[in-house]
Amino acid sequence: MTIGLFELLLKGLWLTVQLTVYSAALAGVIAFIVGLARLSPLWIVRFLSGVYVEFFRGTSALVLMFWLFFALPLTGWQLAPVWAGTLALGISYGAYGSEVVRGAINAVTPAQREAAIALSFTPWQRMRLVILPQAVPTMLPPFNNLLIELLKGTALVSILGISDLAFNAQLVRLATGNSAQAYGIILVMYFVVAFVLTRLMRMLERRAKASLGQGPARSAAKPAAVPPTALGDAANDAIETGGGAA
Amino acid sequence: MSTWSWSYVGHIMPDILKGLLVTVEATLLGSLISFVLGLVWALALRSSTRWVRWPVQAVTEFVRSTPLLVQLFFWFYVLPSTGVSFSPLTTGVLGLGLHYSTYTAEVYRAGIDGVPVGQWEAATALSLPRRHTWTAVILPQAVRRVVPVLGNYVIAMFKDTPLLAAITVLDMLGEARLDSAASFRYMEPITVVGILFVVIAYPTSLLMRALERRLGN
Amino acid sequence: MATEATGNEKTGDENVDTAGGELVRFEKVVKRFGGNTVLDQLDFTVDAGKHVTLIGPSGSGKTTILRLLMTLTQPDEGRILVDGQPLDKEVRKKIGMVFQQFNLFPNMRVLRNVTEAPVRVLGLSKDEATERAKELLEMVGLGDKLDAYPTQLSGGQQQRVAIARALAMRPKVLLLDEVTSALDPELVAGVLDVLRDIARTTDITMLCVTHEMNFARDISDRVLMFDSGRVIEAGPPEQIFNDPQQQRTREFLSAVL
Repeated sequence: MTIGLFELLLKGLWLTVQLTVYSAALAGVIAFIVGLARLSPLWIVRFLSGVYVEFFRGTSALVLMFWLFFALPLTGWQLAPVWAGTLALGISYGAYGSEVVRGAINAVTPAQREAAIALSFTPWQRMRLVILPQAVPTMLPPFNNLLIELLKGTALVSILGISDLAFNAQLVRLATGNSAQAYGIILVMYFVVAFVLTRLMRMLERRAKASLGQGPARSAAKPAAVPPTALGDAANDAIETGGGAA
Repeated sequence: MSTWSWSYVGHIMPDILKGLLVTVEATLLGSLISFVLGLVWALALRSSTRWVRWPVQAVTEFVRSTPLLVQLFFWFYVLPSTGVSFSPLTTGVLGLGLHYSTYTAEVYRAGIDGVPVGQWEAATALSLPRRHTWTAVILPQAVRRVVPVLGNYVIAMFKDTPLLAAITVLDMLGEARLDSAASFRYMEPITVVGILFVVIAYPTSLLMRALERRLGN
Repeated sequence: MATEATGNEKTGDENVDTAGGELVRFEKVVKRFGGNTVLDQLDFTVDAGKHVTLIGPSGSGKTTILRLLMTLTQPDEGRILVDGQPLDKEVRKKIGMVFQQFNLFPNMRVLRNVTEAPVRVLGLSKDEATERAKELLEMVGLGDKLDAYPTQLSGGQQQRVAIARALAMRPKVLLLDEVTSALDPELVAGVLDVLRDIARTTDITMLCVTHEMNFARDISDRVLMFDSGRVIEAGPPEQIFNDPQQQRTREFLSAVL
């Protein structure tokens, strides 16, 4: 393979990374909006957001991409191929992500909400100051999985003729006639990007855990072994004092 | 051109249903491969020799974090050059099954790990033979955790079968593209296919959720 | 400290002088859960500055009273007045609550747990709130834990932070919901000492649900015996504990003492 062809792959890689970042940002915004909407007190909001999630989790991302690219222009909306791809990925993975958001918020114990009510926080303050900061660390591991799925999903745009990594590999294959080499190289490239993304997410996870006092970071020199849960603390008291159970 | 034509929908329906048959076929065969292969990976990952564990770990990790579409292209173009010639559908099914086996391996692993350690210890205390420990104690308990999750991966595979159209398989999307190319009408075929996916996937996922609840306790 | 814990920011109209007047009033309050009537035409009042303790078997509706006052649940019938006004979001700011399970916010350090609501809800400046929080945390004996996360504290310490957090809102009424039940026996005393201190040195009104009969006897001006959603006997602690009039009260006390 010539230098020029390798550069072609690098260009494709760059576009793949961009597509991943853009659609992840879009998916993230959709995930939070729809995830919160599914917990709305208004049934119509809950219903519509539920329909959104079930529909886009039910259909195929590639078919959605085709629809946005081929069918939507017939209604008068013309989308650049890159945006059709980004939109399709954002919409699909936003639907999956909203389930993560909803689940993590539901997993915050109701007692936290009650404590926030007892301090007269408004509903939005309760969400922003108390519930979300506790829910976000739980969201990160599943978000990482979705991000890797999204990265893999970007390869679909090559079918629309967007010159991402998968598309440019096709060009290289045609130029060199060596399929194993062309696809082997880009598989490794995808793997490396996935690896780096996972490392970054792990870092975020550790920081998020520290923000709940669960990590090793900046612990303010407290009693020896500190179990992470509130329930565990009762046990901790027992250890500290050598006392029996309550 | 942009108006919806029901008569055209009627016209393409037979083609699309033919494609649906291929889609379902690919899903079922792909699932079967992924179930079996995933179990092989899962057991290999529990092996006591690291020379088995380590390579399997590396391969499954690699396959899981790279795009199915690129893997399909890889098999589609590389296999014939090694002298193996499969039909596009067979290649697609194998690619799909291999890709998802790396997910089902995780499902099995979690299912087996989810059985409390006390169960292994109790089996040892009763001097159950190893084989019997697996078949009578561990697997029956793991199955109820595993089945609903596997079901969800079947749905995921179903939604990924349109990728096979990229290697010339005439699944639902493949048929829809043929029809569109012939008539220059894109709206109806692609809309119908998209909705068919929801119509099949949504009730199936409801079924899986019900199954999950029933097996859950 | 004495005056700090009582005056609310928004006293405004009547009832500024808390000596005497009635602060909490339940009028024919009915609360049902499913087919279960938890509170049955309940009437009772709490006078300003008094310390009232609710005792009675579990499931008799004591905790429901606190949850109603906190608007965590709504009455099916009857009405609840606080400081002469029907209970709503504004009036709720006059009420503070300490929970059985502490319910500190794990995402905030100790200091911020105590300053957050005064800043966001009462509109205090950060400096003011911090100063107030430090005083309160000093009072509950945790002046050295400002930067700790709740998970790094023992249960007893967490509960004392929770008390400081509730007081930082300068409530007129402090609700205490079995605040020692989740604690290991050795840690109960520390929390009760803090509460006794507050009861003695401030004129905050307290409404407690507790299984600690000694604590009830010690701090209460008045004890209400609950059974099946009604107050079946009420009086000063000496009378309830030493000379109960009702058979149910006698049975209950002999079971728990």
